[in-house]
Amino acid sequence: MTDAALKENATPPPAEVEEAELYHAHGWLTKYVFCQDAKVIAIQYACTAIAIGLVALVMSWVIRLQLAFPGAIPFIDANVYYQSVTMHGMIMVVYMLTAIFLGGFGNYLIPLMVGARDMVFPYVNMLSYWIYLLATLVLAASYFVPGGPTGAGWTLYPPQSILSGTPGHEYGIIMMLASLILFIIGFTMGGLNYVVTVLQGRTRGMTLMRMPLTVWGIFAAAVMALLAFPGLFVACVMLLLDRTLGTSFFMPSIVEMGEHRDYVGGSPILFQHLFWFFGHPEVYIVALPAFGMVSDLISVHARKNIFGYKMMVWAIVIIGVLSMVVWGHHMYVSGMDPWFGFFFAITTLAIAVPTALKVYNWVLTLWRADIHFTTPMLFALGFLVTFVNGGITGLYLGNVIVDVPLSATLFVVAHFHMVMGIAPVLVIFGAIYHWYPKITGRMMDERLGKIHFWITFVGAYAIFFPMHYLGLVGVPRRFYEMGETAFVPHSVIPLNIFITVMALIVGAAQTIFFYNVFRSLRHGAPAGGNPWRATTLEWQTPETPPGHGNWGAHMPIVYRWAYAYSVPGAPEDFLPQNALPLQGERSP
Amino acid sequence: MSILGLLFVSIAAIAGFWLVRQGILRSPWLEEGELVDHPGFFGRDLSRPPASKVGLGVFLAVATCLFLLMTAAFFMRMESPDWQAPPAPAVLWFSTAALVASSVALQMAQFAVRQSDIARARTALTIGGACAVLFLIGQLWAWRELIALGFYASSNPANAFFFLLTGAHGLHLVGGLVALARTILESASWEKAKAATLATSVELCVIYWHFLLLIWLLLFAMMTGWANNLGVLCRRLLS
Repeated sequence: MTDAALKENATPPPAEVEEAELYHAHGWLTKYVFCQDAKVIAIQYACTAIAIGLVALVMSWVIRLQLAFPGAIPFIDANVYYQSVTMHGMIMVVYMLTAIFLGGFGNYLIPLMVGARDMVFPYVNMLSYWIYLLATLVLAASYFVPGGPTGAGWTLYPPQSILSGTPGHEYGIIMMLASLILFIIGFTMGGLNYVVTVLQGRTRGMTLMRMPLTVWGIFAAAVMALLAFPGLFVACVMLLLDRTLGTSFFMPSIVEMGEHRDYVGGSPILFQHLFWFFGHPEVYIVALPAFGMVSDLISVHARKNIFGYKMMVWAIVIIGVLSMVVWGHHMYVSGMDPWFGFFFAITTLAIAVPTALKVYNWVLTLWRADIHFTTPMLFALGFLVTFVNGGITGLYLGNVIVDVPLSATLFVVAHFHMVMGIAPVLVIFGAIYHWYPKITGRMMDERLGKIHFWITFVGAYAIFFPMHYLGLVGVPRRFYEMGETAFVPHSVIPLNIFITVMALIVGAAQTIFFYNVFRSLRHGAPAGGNPWRATTLEWQTPETPPGHGNWGAHMPIVYRWAYAYSVPGAPEDFLPQNALPLQGERSP
Repeated sequence: MSILGLLFVSIAAIAGFWLVRQGILRSPWLEEGELVDHPGFFGRDLSRPPASKVGLGVFLAVATCLFLLMTAAFFMRMESPDWQAPPAPAVLWFSTAALVASSVALQMAQFAVRQSDIARARTALTIGGACAVLFLIGQLWAWRELIALGFYASSNPANAFFFLLTGAHGLHLVGGLVALARTILESASWEKAKAATLATSVELCVIYWHFLLLIWLLLFAMMTGWANNLGVLCRRLLS
């Protein structure tokens, strides 16, 4: 680059990004409660999601206690067990993971990472959070209605979800469906914001291919969610009409307790199609942001540019597209046409290609890198291993002929907990340790963080590795009690107890994390603006934590991609995206 | 499901084309210095449209998906032997005419705004809103007629689908009316300085109205049975 060009860059012309009319808070209430600033909304989203997630954690303890010590705990009867299973699943998948990845990290990171002052529709963004909170409260309120929450399983399959054998068929199911409908409306508002902000709010020089992979992951997940959630919405509305108005969208003509109900030949399979049209993309709605964040975590803490950035972006897009056409693999045992099963098995296995590509690229990023074993890095590595484990069992289950005998066993439970339970949760922890200094201005305690990591990581494996074995020997999932069964060996009993003890320990160990979060708020070491020496824009804000409007007087201008680490000839081992170009810079 | 498949492939193709246009094939690590945000494709200028317009576009994609899934459910359910389509009340023709008139009136309003004739635009917007209300009244009338004839939502899935689809479409129009009312108020307190904002608001209303008209025409054709052959055709195309 010539001197003249450098000089021109040194006094950059005013950014062409349209100055947004910023919302200004006038009092305590509009600054901290009814706030339209995406950063505050993000923290509100994350806190709500974690709070309801803790409820789901307790539910998982109830499930595990019953499985290990059947009948030993007086208040856990069959109804409570099924209600716990249902609420644990639904809360974790929808109200915790989806909300924290898109509502929490999406709101915090998108505007900062693309160099915007805020989301493009701040008011709608605020509404999105409050509707989400309402949905969560409606869901939690279902514990206090007569009959308690629904126990239909998180898939809510009709006809059983609204027949009288299922706990919570009176009001619980209505509350659940209403809550989901609210959640989807709130989410659509948020999703519109995430997508349009990425499309329209990027600062000057920030092309799509210069965005950090975190933004790519969240962007692709938001697009998928906008297209997939209508499936759940339609299913919920129609099921709610079946339950309240007596229509027969899904309810077949059925005899209940010796009495013929008024339903006339609805199609339960139709519900399964609609549900899984949402349900499978949902897995990737959770996984894609995790993929994106883990890419950034690995790159920053290994001081090396991400290997194959272009491939990583393409993989995200291809996974997003493919995941919309694989829902049938959840229905192999529903009596579908074998040709459909064949089609869905092919698409399911095809997803392994872009996914494996991402895993290879993460590993190759680590190869000969300057790896710093910080807490975020440990969690990122933990994710990598866990995701490979869970993904490989997914390849087994994707084949019709293997899935049929395994489908109702604990093998499936182990598989999806590894791949979309433990793996994304490890990323959430890693991301919190990574971005906490930006959010609060203080570092979290490294020693406590490492203790937290090792207990969580090893503990999670102690829980879910033996579960694969239980599934292979044929222990069925969803059963309240095994009783005397000839086909299950005796070793299952002590193993179940072991899993339960580990689950209790891992759950309780999370107090270390919460202690660390709250203690560091006051007593953590001051972080400064860019403690990890990262290149992306959120670390280059003039203030830490970023002030209202993020950038002070001047919008940042982006000159390079997000992964300029260890550039030869650069003064430091990283070049921020908005640093002026070096003399003769040619990125590696 | 087959319609869904075809549409899905076309959406994926459009998305792929768009991503290529946005530079997904570029290698960012080989670039230096500042870039123009949108490099343009085949020399076309790709300056950013207003955010609200993109937002509406994304919302229309969501709404399309919603109606598409209901349509898919409709066709899947229709194959069962117990399906008995309710008669289409004659008042539906009236409400269809009202919705067409509403769309035309809004289009007129957009032409008027372009010529800065705000008074005419306001009249056209109001007429458009009134016609949309007439449409809703017509739909409710059709509901009443069906119920009076004994075609309850609970008596046959075909009736239930009729109420569900018309209800969902009507609710979308009610939402649109809120936006339209705000636009009319905006045009009432019009100033030169806000001309661009008003033009955008009117344009968004027009796009949304045409979208809802299109959806309604498809739903109407589907529920009166004209579109059944289309479903069969799509299935044959794919199998």
